[in-house]
Amino acid sequence: MSIAKSSDNYKDLLLKYVETNDEEVLYQAEKLSKSAIQNNIPPEEIVNIHYQAIKEVFPNLDKKLKDSFYFLIETMISYGLAHKEYEVLREKQIELRSEIEIAANMQNTLLRTTIPKYPSLDIGAKSVPAKIMNGDYYHFVQDNDDNIGIAIADVSGKGIPAAFCMSMIKYAMESFPTHQMYPDAILEMLNRIVIRNVDPGMFVTMFYGLYDVLNNQFYYSTAGHEPGLIYRKRTDSFEDIDARGLLLGVEKDVQYVQYETQLNVGDLIILFTDGVTECRIGERFITREEIIEVIHEHIHLPAEEVVENVYKYFERMQNFNFCDDFTFIIMKRTQ
Amino acid sequence: MKGALASVPISKEWDIVGARQTGRNIAKQIGFGSVDQARIATAISELARNIYLYAGIGIVSFEVLEERSMIGLKIVAEDAGPGINDIGKAMQDGFSTSGGLGAGLPGVKRLMDRFDIMSSNQGTKIIVVKWLR
Repeated sequence: MSIAKSSDNYKDLLLKYVETNDEEVLYQAEKLSKSAIQNNIPPEEIVNIHYQAIKEVFPNLDKKLKDSFYFLIETMISYGLAHKEYEVLREKQIELRSEIEIAANMQNTLLRTTIPKYPSLDIGAKSVPAKIMNGDYYHFVQDNDDNIGIAIADVSGKGIPAAFCMSMIKYAMESFPTHQMYPDAILEMLNRIVIRNVDPGMFVTMFYGLYDVLNNQFYYSTAGHEPGLIYRKRTDSFEDIDARGLLLGVEKDVQYVQYETQLNVGDLIILFTDGVTECRIGERFITREEIIEVIHEHIHLPAEEVVENVYKYFERMQNFNFCDDFTFIIMKRTQ
Repeated sequence: MKGALASVPISKEWDIVGARQTGRNIAKQIGFGSVDQARIATAISELARNIYLYAGIGIVSFEVLEERSMIGLKIVAEDAGPGINDIGKAMQDGFSTSGGLGAGLPGVKRLMDRFDIMSSNQGTKIIVVKWLR
C-alpha cells in the first residue's frame, strides 16, 4: 500500500472513529498499522498522515495545536531510523543463522564417525549440541585386529570457535596410525597439536580409551575429562573411572598416565561430557547418583537404547533446552 | 535559487542548532514538506555532531542542485580532523557510537537520497543530497 492510499484510508477510519468510537474501527486501525509496517512506512510518516487527516477533518484547528505536530514529527524521526536499523539487523541475523546452519551441517559431515561393530561388544553413542554448533566430540577407530579406540572430548566454550577446534582435533586424530595406538601416546600427541594451533585460553578435555578385544582389557588415559563410570555386573554396582591428567592445551610436553581395567561379561563403560553432569534442574545441578540411577533403570536394554533413554530423561529434566552440549557413550561387553 | 547558499562553521555544540536552522530554512524555501524537513534537519544534526565530537571544528555548507529537472538540497560536511579509520565499519548498522539509536552515518544515509564520504588522516568530507519529490 502506498503512502497516499494509506493516508486516504487513515482519514476515513479516523473520521469514522471520532464519530462512533467503534471498536471495529480500532481493529481496522491495527490492521492499517501492520500493513504500514510491512510497507516500510516510518512512524514520522504516520504522524504526518494523522496531521494531514485532522487538518481536513477539523479545518479550524488551533495554530498552536497544528505546530505541535511538527514537534511530534521531529521526535519521531529517530524512532523511524532505529526501527529501520533494527529491521536491517534482523535480516542480517536471519542470514547469519542460515550460514551457521550450513556450517553445522558441514560440521556433522566432517565429524562423522561410525560406531564399530564387534560380536562381544554393544556400543551406543549420542551427541547433541546446546546451540547449533557442537563443542563436544566423540570418535571411534578400529584397528586391523579389531581393537577399538574411543575418544570423547569437550572444548571449553561453545559455538563456532569450539566447533573449529574440534574439527582440527578430529583431523589430527585421523592422521595418526591406527595400529597399536595407546591412549597415553595419543593424548601426548594431541596436546602438542592443541598447544601449537589453538588460542591460549581455549582448552580441550579428552578421555581416550583403547579396548583390546582379545583379552577384554580396557586401557585409558584422561586429559582433565569428566570421569566416566564402569558398571560391574557381578556386584551390580557403579564405580568411577579413576584417572588423572592435565587438560590439552595448557602445557607443553605433558606426560599422560595410562590406566587399565578388565571388562567382564555384562560390564559397561559409560563416558560423557560435563553437559551431562552439569545439567541443571531448576536451581540445582544433577548429582552423579541421579545419573547412575537413570542408567541403572535402563541397563538391561541394548546400548543404543540406554543412551537414547538417558538422553530423553535429561532432555525432559532440562525442559527440552540443554544449556551445554550433551554427549553420552555406552560400551557393553555382551559375551 | 541555485548554487552555494550558505556555510555554517561548527566548533561548539550550539553550532549544531545553527546548522539545522539554516538547513531547514533552505529546505522549506525549496519546497520540502514537514516530514522531509525533519529528516534533513536530523541528518544535518548528525553530520554537525560528528564534526563537533571527532574533529572539533569544521564546516557544513548548503547548495541547491538542479539536475535533469529535479531540484535537490546538497549538504557538505567537511573537517580536517583525524578521519575515520574504517569507513566500512562506520557505515555498518549497529556499530555507530549512538549505540544502536538508529542514527550515525547509516542513519544519515537512510535519511538522504545520496551519500558520499571521503576520509583520510587529513580529514573527512561527507556529501549528501535530498531530492524534492
